Amino acid sequence: MSTVVNPNAPGTGPREAAPAPVTGRRSAKPLMSDRARSERKLGWMLAGPAFIVMLLVTMYPILQALWDSLFSFRLTDPGNKEFVFLGNYATVLSDQVFWRDLGVTVLITVVTVVVELVLGFALALVMNNAIRNTRGLLRTAILVPYGIITVVSAFAWFYAFDITTGYINNWFDWVPGIGPDFNWFSNTWSALFVIMASEIWKTTPFISLLLLSGLAQVPSEYTEAARVDGASWWQRMSRVILPNMKAAIMVAVVFRALDAFRIFDNIFIMTQGQYGTETLSLLAYRTSIGRLEIGLGSAISVILFVCVLLIAFLAIKVFKVDLAGAGKGR
Amino acid sequence: MTTTSHPHRAPGRRRLSAAAALGAVGALLMTGCGDADAGATPTLTWYINPDAGGQAELAQQCSEESDGRYNIETSLLPRDAASQREQLARRLAAGDTSMDIMSLDPPFIPELSEPGFLSPVPGDVEEATTQDVLAGPLEGAMWKDELVSVPFWANTQLLWYRESVAEAAGLNMDEPVTWKQIMDAAREQDKYLGVQGTSAESMTVWVNGLIKSAGGEIIENPEAPADEIVIGMDSDAARKAADIVGTIGRDGLGGPGLPTADEGASMNQFQSDDGSFMVNWPFIYAATAAAVEEGTVEQSMFEDIGWALWPRVDEDQPSAPPLGGINLGVGATSEHQELAWEAVECIVQPENQAYYFVSNGNPAASEAAYEDPEVREAFPMYETIRESLDQAAPRPQTPYYNEVSTAIQQEWTPPASVTENTPRETSAFIEAVLKGDQLL
Repeated sequence: MSTVVNPNAPGTGPREAAPAPVTGRRSAKPLMSDRARSERKLGWMLAGPAFIVMLLVTMYPILQALWDSLFSFRLTDPGNKEFVFLGNYATVLSDQVFWRDLGVTVLITVVTVVVELVLGFALALVMNNAIRNTRGLLRTAILVPYGIITVVSAFAWFYAFDITTGYINNWFDWVPGIGPDFNWFSNTWSALFVIMASEIWKTTPFISLLLLSGLAQVPSEYTEAARVDGASWWQRMSRVILPNMKAAIMVAVVFRALDAFRIFDNIFIMTQGQYGTETLSLLAYRTSIGRLEIGLGSAISVILFVCVLLIAFLAIKVFKVDLAGAGKGR
Repeated sequence: MTTTSHPHRAPGRRRLSAAAALGAVGALLMTGCGDADAGATPTLTWYINPDAGGQAELAQQCSEESDGRYNIETSLLPRDAASQREQLARRLAAGDTSMDIMSLDPPFIPELSEPGFLSPVPGDVEEATTQDVLAGPLEGAMWKDELVSVPFWANTQLLWYRESVAEAAGLNMDEPVTWKQIMDAAREQDKYLGVQGTSAESMTVWVNGLIKSAGGEIIENPEAPADEIVIGMDSDAARKAADIVGTIGRDGLGGPGLPTADEGASMNQFQSDDGSFMVNWPFIYAATAAAVEEGTVEQSMFEDIGWALWPRVDEDQPSAPPLGGINLGVGATSEHQELAWEAVECIVQPENQAYYFVSNGNPAASEAAYEDPEVREAFPMYETIRESLDQAAPRPQTPYYNEVSTAIQQEWTPPASVTENTPRETSAFIEAVLKGDQLL
């Protein structure tokens, strides 16, 4: 029957539509409608002040740090300020302390993000499928850790595990290796375990919230159709739901990775970086604030900044994370 | 109909509110400055380390005694010494004009004095405030043979012990004891020694005390510039120190909490049934008394506490106990330096030091304060403290103290990892850091 228009019929839609975008794109740039122009102007007026303030408060310190990093400059020895060009970077990059701290930072980032992703997804599923009248309570309960100030939660975890004041050793003395004499913060791995556990406890809610929004965007028709077709729970999850919320997952991963890479509070409170638990931000802090070596500390800060930029760049260019379209799904 | 919202109309109103918002932000920023010279009586700011309220009381008392010539306001610094230094150094380097009086931890005084951040002590103030100051604290107040701060109170570590443990070990505590003796006693009776093994300033305090007691020096030329400093740790004295720290760590003599033990943790362990001997500051006596009152520590434990001079490293050489305390300095950028020195003179009077000793538990730097009957009653070990202060040795006095101390903390922790090679490695490490070849 020729009266029914079939949009998928070969030779009609696509071929005719194809030239349109090309001409459209060509003409759109030089010829902007009044409306579009005024909208753009309005956009700038609305966002402009915030944009300028942002530039001032972020660009100024970044440029200052770049400039300072080229000097050998100690705050309590202002007379001996000396231009050393990239000398500070050479010192930092050739030092094993820097590489050890970078290793610890990467380890913490990878482990916490992976564990949080799994746990966060599970929590998102629970929140998504909860019965309506328990939903509010459940979401609140899950979000509580995220609402606690990091320093406060760090102290809570520290005192729980501390050998003199802690109760964890008492509670878990049935686990081999744990007993009243086990000092969690006296060696690298057990200290890192506590640091990562508290980080995971604290920020999993953030990931689960992002994933929940992604989960809610997957049209229920898709899953219903899959169910009708006889797909198992696992198949629905891996073939329908996960691919459709890829954008949300990637956004969650990027945000958390950038955040985890700059971890500071937990370590500062629990170990001050002793026994091999120091991360890059702690090293930057200790060098510029503790040692008052402004030049060397700025160089470390700049390197940390470049690492964070690199993660963001990788995520956006290589994994093609579309930050603006996060909620839309794919 | 013009009632529908129209994008062209909006900007005017929005511009207005944006301007209002900017104005509000501006006003907020402006209130940061201002009211500096309001009122006739100049206000002096005294940056104090946290205590039990004694410095605030003395500030008020001296303000009242000044008859309206000045008013002292206290401003609280962070709890640990390293963070106090950070804040003071940043403010001084930035030329903060509010740095009138500062409570300074002696090891950091050279670093602040060298670039001229501290105002020199006027001759008459020096005359009036240092007459009867004990030898140890006075040494810690100098930099390059000049007095750059005024001792306010002085601290020293004693050897605290459980009389029952010392008795069982057959030690005569009226005679000086050595580290070896107390280590043997703890080992034989399966008790723990109270030492501070955490990677913090307390580690440097311990190491410096051991090396000085053995007749060595951490730095041979502390007044030299950074790239010429010679670290004297590749010595027999430092190796003896390393042997003591390492053995306590490896043999578990400090208990399982040793690698993270600070002064408070040592005290808690000393109060428990595992306690035997402990090197610690006198605050623990008042703190234990308070714990007895609260009911967390038994009265019998409190009565079992004895004290003696810091243990010796060599049997026939007197020990050099750690020295601490607080000195008062005046910032070179302060707008009221003369008044500030006047206030310092008021604060450090021996009566005030005695009062501060009794009320806050911090020993006086002035010899006269130890004659005060109230001091003698509240601190029965006053005689030992005074003796210890006269024998005490300061930590290395160098503008690079922070680097030296941090390097020692990193290399000498955990105590179990300290071997006879540690001192030599520490020397090389500190020198490389000071030359700028290595990160800390």
